[in-house]
Amino acid sequence: MSRDVLDQLVQRFDDAVLATHDQFGDETALITADVWHEAAVFLRDDLVCSMDHFIDLTAVDFADRRTPRFEVVLHLRSSERLHRIRLKAPVGLGPGGENPQVDSLVDVWKGANWFERECYDMFGVEFVGHPDLRRILMYEQFEGHPLRKDYDAHRTQPLVPYREGYEKLQPFGLPQGMPFGRQTHDRWKTAVAGRPEDAGATNLLGFEED
Amino acid sequence: MEPLDVELEDGELELPTDPMLLNMGPSHPAMHGTVRIVVELSGETINKADVQIGYLHRGFEKMCERGTWSQVFPYVDRLNYASPLLNNVAFALAVEKMLGVTVPERCQHYRVILGELARICDHLVCSGAMAMELGAFTPFLYFVKARDLIWDIFEEETGARLTNSFGRVGGMAHPPTANFKEMVRTTLPAVLDLVRDGENLVLENRIFLDRLEDVSVMSRADALALGWTGVVLRSTGCNYDVRKHHPYLTYDQYDFDVPIGQRGDNYDRFSCRQHEMKQSARIIDQALEMMADDGPVNVDDPRIVLPPKDEVYNTIEGTIQHFKIVMEGIKVPAGECYSYTEAGNGELGFYMVSDGSGTPWRIRIRAPSFASTAGLGQLITGAMIPDVVPTFGSLNMIGGECDH
Repeated sequence: MSRDVLDQLVQRFDDAVLATHDQFGDETALITADVWHEAAVFLRDDLVCSMDHFIDLTAVDFADRRTPRFEVVLHLRSSERLHRIRLKAPVGLGPGGENPQVDSLVDVWKGANWFERECYDMFGVEFVGHPDLRRILMYEQFEGHPLRKDYDAHRTQPLVPYREGYEKLQPFGLPQGMPFGRQTHDRWKTAVAGRPEDAGATNLLGFEED
Repeated sequence: MEPLDVELEDGELELPTDPMLLNMGPSHPAMHGTVRIVVELSGETINKADVQIGYLHRGFEKMCERGTWSQVFPYVDRLNYASPLLNNVAFALAVEKMLGVTVPERCQHYRVILGELARICDHLVCSGAMAMELGAFTPFLYFVKARDLIWDIFEEETGARLTNSFGRVGGMAHPPTANFKEMVRTTLPAVLDLVRDGENLVLENRIFLDRLEDVSVMSRADALALGWTGVVLRSTGCNYDVRKHHPYLTYDQYDFDVPIGQRGDNYDRFSCRQHEMKQSARIIDQALEMMADDGPVNVDDPRIVLPPKDEVYNTIEGTIQHFKIVMEGIKVPAGECYSYTEAGNGELGFYMVSDGSGTPWRIRIRAPSFASTAGLGQLITGAMIPDVVPTFGSLNMIGGECDH
């Protein structure tokens, strides 16, 4: 991570940079969502920054702990200068975090394509200008966005409904006389002796009668 | 040759020229059961390709938000299931970065050795499967045999062959066994022999080379923009290895080379992996020399590391300490952190947000093969159907990691 990049960014975008920090040694800039695309192009093309290596794009849902509710997080690296930066933008203004929107970066780095699709799929953040914004990990019919904090972790949405009134089959099929479990000799004898049709047939395995 | 029994007017012989849609996968032997590619074909050439993933999605990041930090370890095993120990160590390092602790040097060497063994396994599976899909079954058998030798070491050390769950925050689950060094020293040459035997079968094979060389070429700039890392990026000529450029553990103490490709085609990806295995063996040799035979493995911090069972059962402090770590979890300072290591496929990153409690607020996994699979569509567009098989194999897409 690099201090220089942060300085460049603050110099260029001034008021749009809401905060910066370098916790755990990761230089981070929080910028407003409306300069998201502009800042990305600047980071890629500026000679000091030259962030040509796209690393990661994701979001964080802060639920009711923060307004705006979501933060879009971008990690970048420069293959030439070997430094990194994390760029964040708050999205989803309003109480419930409705309509989180941010510009798409697909035209800046191709790799953003799938990462933005994943972010849309998981958090419902809409990337304006994305060429093909559809679900990537979940299926089309899926309702809601699973990584939002208000999506119940136990909720299931099977495409084929679960069968009802159906007992799970035993691992070795229906019991058919000869059980698979380890049996003691005594149990074998009582089981056979219990059946009237088998009376007197206990000597099948050569056990002696008591 | 004259047709034997057909007499047709010229006009009737015209073949349909409309593009054809073809589904490959998810149940397709070459797709490893987890990917579907919808291709639009004209003849046998691919005009358009839509790569669809997600068949192995298990809501991994959601699950991480429901337990303690330590309970994430079994989940990360199942990310890249070809090299679980690398993922274990990567996650442990990420939490340690937030906690601000460093494990003792003995443990660092131990982690390196286990990690590099896991990397060899990872590359063996990838190269073996790739060769097998091209019809060369024998190298696969050699490689799987070599992997089995390494798995025997893992079984001895960790108790499990596949999902080891061996990493812990602040150390490892157990210290190295008494004959660990000896086991690795005797196994490694055998593994390398098998690797050599296996690759000698294919590397001078005309059919194998024809299907790899200059097929599915990726440029360096495109690879960077796509977010490629690891072997797939290095094959394009970009020298980036986390172990060299941002050394973690004790990687700055070892002498090893990073194999770089030139063209970024399937062959470069295959041979970079083969060379990397030999470099990993070099690292292991050095780490074995440097690793002390005794000394602590875990950090000495009762807030992070579980006390020995002896203390748990016999002292009240031990009981309380154990209870607090298990029930409340390790308290990670509030904030955000991105930690990255070189996993089998490339840069495995963890972006973590903590609210200071014992449960992670958010764990984001930056899966290397997610980015490399994103480039698959570009690689196979314009290629032919048979090229899909080696190209897909050379990217080493691992479903567990890619689909989260």
